[in-house]
Amino acid sequence: MPASSRPYSTIRIQSEPFDIPAETARLTAGRTDIGGIITFAGLCRDEGGRLKALELEHYPGMAEEEIARVAESALARWPLMGLTAIHRHGLIKPGEDIVLVIAASAHRRAAFEAADFMMDYLKTRAPFWKREHLLDGSTGGWVEAKAEDDVAAARW
Amino acid sequence: MTKLVYFAWVRERVGKSDEMVDLPPRLVTVADLLAWQQTRGEEYEHAFAEASVIRVALDKRHAAHDALIAGAGEIAFFPPMTGG
Repeated sequence: MPASSRPYSTIRIQSEPFDIPAETARLTAGRTDIGGIITFAGLCRDEGGRLKALELEHYPGMAEEEIARVAESALARWPLMGLTAIHRHGLIKPGEDIVLVIAASAHRRAAFEAADFMMDYLKTRAPFWKREHLLDGSTGGWVEAKAEDDVAAARW
Repeated sequence: MTKLVYFAWVRERVGKSDEMVDLPPRLVTVADLLAWQQTRGEEYEHAFAEASVIRVALDKRHAAHDALIAGAGEIAFFPPMTGG
């Protein structure tokens, strides 16, 4: 297989913000075979104005490994030319990015589906936990997992 | 010795993020381990009261409650995940 047709895959866990145009450029640099790119960014909501920040705890080591396992499944299921998954941890303010998934393929369908699959699996399998910090200065509770996320992941 | 690690509200209830323990040899499955945790004092009883909701990872891989724990060097306990 020529080097240019091998999927380029990036998995990162980091506290700092990510640069979406730069991450997209990394997938497309020097290639002319990509026909579609889906970029999904998950942002921190202010929950009707009551949230000051989200604190994201993670399991170092397992977070990278588990996202890599999910990415391997996506690369095995869809004809992707590139796949990026970046998840932040630490304190994240409303309006800031939390997670980024980029899927590149020759045609749109594979890229749409792979990005959707990645997000469903990230939510239910990647070891991250959100805790709310409220505007009144108090530390709110841990965010509860949603049953609909399990239902969404079961679609695949 | 086995390293036990805790995250999110399991960590807060247990009162520590990790510990080294000698697991009793009679513990065979993840479910046995969860039941044993409930017997280790008030904090553990509180943390593991709803054992069915606790997720477990053996050497950084998700494990079902009927999985065998033999050979695991690091066992993690945490609530259902809320990333993404």
